[in-house]
Amino acid sequence: MTEVVVGFLLNGRPCEVRTAVHRTLADLLRDDLGAIEVKEGCGEGVCGTCTVLLDGEPVSSCLVLAPRVAGRRVTTVRGLGGDALHPLQEAFVRHGAAQCGFCTPGMILTAYAFLLESPAPSRDEIRRALAGNLCRCTGYAAIIDAVASVAGKGGARP
Amino acid sequence: MPAVPFDYRAPKTLAEALGLLAEFGEEAKPLAGGQSLVPLLTLRLARPAVLIDLNGLDGLRETRREGDWLQVGALVRHRALERGDGPLAACPLLQEAASFIGNVRVRTLGTIGGSLAHADPAAELPAVVRALDGMVLVRGPRGERAVPAAEFFVGALTTALAPGELVIGVRLPVLGPRTGYAVEEFSRRAGDFAVVAAVAVMELSPAGDIARARVALGGVGSVPQRLPALEAALAGGRPDADRLRREALETSDALEPEGDVHASAAYRRHLARILTARALARAAAAAGRAVA
Repeated sequence: MTEVVVGFLLNGRPCEVRTAVHRTLADLLRDDLGAIEVKEGCGEGVCGTCTVLLDGEPVSSCLVLAPRVAGRRVTTVRGLGGDALHPLQEAFVRHGAAQCGFCTPGMILTAYAFLLESPAPSRDEIRRALAGNLCRCTGYAAIIDAVASVAGKGGARP
Repeated sequence: MPAVPFDYRAPKTLAEALGLLAEFGEEAKPLAGGQSLVPLLTLRLARPAVLIDLNGLDGLRETRREGDWLQVGALVRHRALERGDGPLAACPLLQEAASFIGNVRVRTLGTIGGSLAHADPAAELPAVVRALDGMVLVRGPRGERAVPAAEFFVGALTTALAPGELVIGVRLPVLGPRTGYAVEEFSRRAGDFAVVAAVAVMELSPAGDIARARVALGGVGSVPQRLPALEAALAGGRPDADRLRREALETSDALEPEGDVHASAAYRRHLARILTARALARAAAAAGRAVA
């Protein structure tokens, strides 16, 4: 089995993992690095629960093969905010935008990356931006509310 | 489920990549954005012995304008198409089409070369290249060739790529100022492949008549399909909304979609007509704004 040593920045901290090349970034994060805030749902890139930011852009970590991560920046939901919650996380709490919570890390990261590009979106633009992240509990309304509440207020600042 | 283990090579040059393809032949799969290939690996529908990662081939990331042609490198990502980065802005159809692809994560990593080589019958970019009469640029052991879109797509998930060949880019015409574009599609859920997608390109004369109209459909056959009878019927006339709609609904190009679990053949035919009418109307309106 072909193995490689992959080094990358995880939430700003350098890390190194020895791994078989056929494993995915989701496997490295959850199984090797204990980053269990990354959830894995469908395993085929559709549900959005395993979303992380790769060099600042949202990707499905279940569809990124381990060698493709070498030398890059990976951000999970724990990488937002500092000791306190990020304003977007606070908004999710305030609006009750989580129920079981499984989709929440992916939702927040997708919304975060979107707000960096579109700081003052319409509600409809928010809906489109989050269309690739599935939630089976909330019915989405509270999630859209939470994102809308920080939109236009610099809510996506790191 | 983890993929079946494979060997992994990351060539730094195109020559090296072609050498590896020649060496491993059918055992090898090229990896671009991985947004179709990686699910096939983890579902174990594909079990290559070797993965040849093309992402280190920086030359395939370039887009350049050459006169009336736009040459887009195979590794240009859907997000770049969607944003219309740099010279890509010369082909606004790419922007609209890319915005329909999958979800934002697919667009972050997915590439135009990967989409063309994968050749899903319902994918947007193959229909765009077919609508624009683009050329797929291919490099193999015997050198480079440019394959017209009409010949590149051979069947569902099947292209004219010969063993040992790679898609290295695509050439698309940059059309004149009185041109409008539109993509209309229907899918059951946001981010799904289209059941049917219609791509329209409308070029008007200085007097505002239709100089040339082109339509390509995805999802109605194994390859993107043009509508030659409709295109001929439209040429020369006025781009009036009523007329566009009537011709789109009545001109009898042979559409023989197959029914499947997503839609019956009759429903696909219905969608093809309606979406063609809508795409033509929007493309004509955009071209008309350019005339006025």
